[in-house]
Amino acid sequence: MTNKNTPDDKNKRDFLQVSTYALGAVGAASFVWPLINQMNPAADTLALASTEVDLEQLEEGQAITVTWRGKPVFIRHRTKEEIASAKDQLLDGLRDPQTDEERVQNEKYIVLVGVCTHLGCVPLGQKSGDVKGEYGGWFCPCHGSHYDHSGRIRKGPAPTNLEIPQYSFLSDTLIKIG
Amino acid sequence: MSKPKFKNPVVNWIDYRLPIFTFMNHELNEYPTPKNLNYFWNFGSLAGITLVIMIVTGIVLSMNYTAHIDYAFDSVERIMRDVNHGWLLRYIHMNGASFFFIVVYIHIFRGLYYGSYKAPREILWILGVLILLLMMATAFMGYVLPWGQMSFWGATVITNLFSAIPLVGESIVTWLWGGFSVDNPTLNRFFSLHFVLPFVIVGVVILHLVALHRFGSNNPIGIDVKGKQDTIPFHPYYTIKDLFGLSVFATIFAAAVFFFPNFMGHPDNYIPANPMVTPAHIVPEWYFLPFYAILRAIPDKLGGVLFMFGAIMVLFVLPWLDRSSVRSSQFRPLYKLFFWFLVIDCIALGYLGAMPAEGIYVVLSRLATAYYFFHFLIILPLLPKIESTRPLPVSISTPIITASSNASTVMAMREKK
Ligand code: HEM
Ligand code: FES
Repeated sequence: MTNKNTPDDKNKRDFLQVSTYALGAVGAASFVWPLINQMNPAADTLALASTEVDLEQLEEGQAITVTWRGKPVFIRHRTKEEIASAKDQLLDGLRDPQTDEERVQNEKYIVLVGVCTHLGCVPLGQKSGDVKGEYGGWFCPCHGSHYDHSGRIRKGPAPTNLEIPQYSFLSDTLIKIG
Repeated sequence: MSKPKFKNPVVNWIDYRLPIFTFMNHELNEYPTPKNLNYFWNFGSLAGITLVIMIVTGIVLSMNYTAHIDYAFDSVERIMRDVNHGWLLRYIHMNGASFFFIVVYIHIFRGLYYGSYKAPREILWILGVLILLLMMATAFMGYVLPWGQMSFWGATVITNLFSAIPLVGESIVTWLWGGFSVDNPTLNRFFSLHFVLPFVIVGVVILHLVALHRFGSNNPIGIDVKGKQDTIPFHPYYTIKDLFGLSVFATIFAAAVFFFPNFMGHPDNYIPANPMVTPAHIVPEWYFLPFYAILRAIPDKLGGVLFMFGAIMVLFVLPWLDRSSVRSSQFRPLYKLFFWFLVIDCIALGYLGAMPAEGIYVVLSRLATAYYFFHFLIILPLLPKIESTRPLPVSISTPIITASSNASTVMAMREKK
């Protein structure tokens, strides 16, 4: 066989080489993806049931903590003063501006995921003896984040307000979280 | 076959086919080592031995440990109470982690003091920093395994660091957890990774040693070995010195294991994990405290995370930040001063990391954090421009020979041989 290195041959070889690399890369990536994706939440974890809570017994000024998806959810029956102070707050001063109306379905009950938006500690403020922080709502002892009566971040390192879970009122005092 | 190297014919037969004995003879026996190494050069071999201790005790612990949120805490308590010698093995593993960090931190500061990171040992240094990172990941995941309150909340806070990454942060955290909070899938994968990472460390340690043996050890005066008269064979001189150091280390280690096994731990980790209640004052293990202080010093979530990781990243580029051609602090009066400031700064950060994040502690943490980066990013690059270094000795042997006539006789004897 004669060994002619015509420009044509060279182009062919380049093409073969590039397409081999490309195919190899696609093959490797499609094998790596299952290895990575197995770490994402499994089907049964995603299917975690919702939680129903009866608020009949929850008096004004009291709070309860329930578990949802392995996380604490805070439900607080707010007093008149707490509601008023949450509503009166001007948006200017807020790091993550939201009105109280946007954060509640029934202004008597504030429902929050009880996980500090900084690094995930559970803030204090659910029990009557707890430190509640400078804004009277919740206080995260881990690195000192202060939340107000609406669960909005007011001071400290947390970037956003306490998260509101998906929930709905099945009746006046029965709520379903999730 | 060339002339037999070893007296034992079986050894020779094997060595011809698999030159493992030649290799060991070369790297551990004749290996020429600077003759002026001081005791700070013991910490490398100590770190290696501690790694072996961790792997051996870890393997036997995992024969009795159950990686499930309902059983993990109880299985560790069972190791402590019922498994034969379980308490000893766990206390060795638990304190071993602390001693591993003590040894490695001293090893690192040794490198800083004597300029061991400088050319041609940059890759050796970088591999070392990589080992530090892997150790941190391993120790963090190991601490989660007993599933106590500190395990759980430490895991929560540290994994949440990744949520600071813009856009994809939340998805990364969910991926790390395998759910919506630290839970059973998290514990399972942490156990798996905690088991395997130490073996990855062994691999990097081997590369670290290959890089070390390329140019040999640095030494207290930081100048290159000029010839045979500057070195002594590794065996028996440094094997015996390392063994002596090991026996001192083992005595202190044993004292901790037998008399103060929980001194470096946190009592809250003997309370089973409770996802509903965060302990009033969560702190990481002591060896993470300086980094934790940096994290909390920055009032911004993403910023805190970046600075914390940045504190280690500066170590990776250290060989290019410090351009002075003189290695050892002995000949760099200003660098020596700033080295000690850095040591004080790191200890201060460690102390501040353990204090609550309020009042004066926040201010001090910020100052100490600023100084840490100031040292690496401003002082080190500037120093060579203003510092007048002291004259370097001609060779490692020169100062020793002139220092005492006694030493020179020893030298003369060795040279005759
Ligand atoms: C780089 C080496 C290693 C480090 C720094 C390390 C660190 C740790 C730490 C800090 C703990 C928690 C101790 C406690 O508070 O109870 C732990 C636990 C544990 N480690 Fe390791 N470890 C290492 C290697 C290994 C290896 C190689 C294995 C297995 C092959 C292993 C298996 C375990 C097991 C089963 C536990 C749970 C039992 C317990 O908590 O005592 N470790 N490790
Ligand atoms: S986790 Fe709440 S302030 Fe950091």
